[in-house]
Amino acid sequence: MMNLTLKIWRQKGPHDKGQMVDYKVTDISEHMSFLEMIDVLNEQLVTKDEDPVAFDHDCREGICGMCSMYINGEAHGPDRGITTCQLHMRMFNDGDTITIEPFRAAAFPVIKDLVVDRMAFERIQQAGGYIGVNTSGNTQDANAIPISKHAADEAMDAATCIGCGACVATCKNSSAMLFVAAKVSQYALLPQGQVEAADRVMNMVAQMDAEGFGNCTNTGACEVECPKGISLENIARMNREYLKASSKG
Amino acid sequence: MSGLLSSSLAKKYAMALSAFFLIFFLLMHVTINLLSVFSEDAFNVASHFMGTNPVIQFAMQPVLIFGVIFHFVMGFVLEIKNKKAQGVKYFKDNGAANSTWMSRNMIYSGLAILAFIILHFIDFWIPELKYKYVEVLPEDPTRYFHELQEKFVSIWRVGAYVIAFVFLALHLLHGFNSAFQSMGLNNKYTKGFKKCANAYSILIPALFIFIALFHHFNH
Repeated sequence: MMNLTLKIWRQKGPHDKGQMVDYKVTDISEHMSFLEMIDVLNEQLVTKDEDPVAFDHDCREGICGMCSMYINGEAHGPDRGITTCQLHMRMFNDGDTITIEPFRAAAFPVIKDLVVDRMAFERIQQAGGYIGVNTSGNTQDANAIPISKHAADEAMDAATCIGCGACVATCKNSSAMLFVAAKVSQYALLPQGQVEAADRVMNMVAQMDAEGFGNCTNTGACEVECPKGISLENIARMNREYLKASSKG
Repeated sequence: MSGLLSSSLAKKYAMALSAFFLIFFLLMHVTINLLSVFSEDAFNVASHFMGTNPVIQFAMQPVLIFGVIFHFVMGFVLEIKNKKAQGVKYFKDNGAANSTWMSRNMIYSGLAILAFIILHFIDFWIPELKYKYVEVLPEDPTRYFHELQEKFVSIWRVGAYVIAFVFLALHLLHGFNSAFQSMGLNNKYTKGFKKCANAYSILIPALFIFIALFHHFNH
């Protein structure tokens, strides 16, 4: 069992200044998930008639991309290839002080405590992250379209992006290029995505810029912190796609 | 095309292309400087050619100056934009866990290089302009080697040059490979290029340091 000091960002609402607040939690099992540890803290706070810490979560199995905490200076905490909900308390030691902050970026404004508004990602997706196919009975069977194993694998790897925003949170420039590149790549690699490829990359990048994300300086931090291991090769592919699309006018 | 010119990706391409241009210039510069180690005459001939050839003086030199200024201005513009995009800073941020010091501090290594370029201009470029266009002294094809040696007498100047070239190496170690990535070159075929880029990033500044030390101890 562990006793811990938590330094948590508390912010009453979007317009509140916010501040780090210290809490003590006791008898934390190493087998607990990080979010269960926060649940324990919140039970303590509710018992004391205090406002519980607001945080995003849904599936708690690393699929939905909702949980979004910056733990001890890293997106999703010190472990690799996981989301916050998959982080376990065995990664920490008795007596540790753990800092917990929301994902930071001007394009991800804090709603309350550790909850941030990531609708910017939705708007980027709406700008072109789809395939406009007529599905009224005459769609070609996808299994009948020959696709190389390599392209299929790369497209599937890109498609594993869950849009959690860890790439933005960890980037010193708050750049969203890994997210946008993953979405561009998953379609650019497949024949179904070719028809709208040029419009897709131009529109998604334009929306990314309009949302106020920073510029990528290729530090590679996003790739390291991404819970799904989305590769920087996707950003290079997006750069090529954009150049190709621009040259077409 | 208008979208290309105003987008964040266009700025990446522009930074990468100007970086490739400056990287090529460094290779040319160090090659001529190395001549001074092996032959006084060869260095004087090369320097005189570079200093008097009208194509180099009135076509290539303005392009080089534009490239340098563009790279610095664009670097600062992107830094300001990126700072704005960050919003509130983290209470605790462990950048060392996921990225190199060089990649996170390009602006500071760039500022160190900018300070060096100002010193370099004061040392070589401004005296050259004064010689040719203010005092209008007669051409002397043998003066370059001695002017070079004279500059490296002071240990303080040599120290400043060495520190600046260490920063140049740090800047190149991230910047060269980053330029490949920005231009979309990241696949199994480019891994060899990246190793060459790392070797270049260490070798070229090391040669500049060697030349400065060589002339300091042999003047």
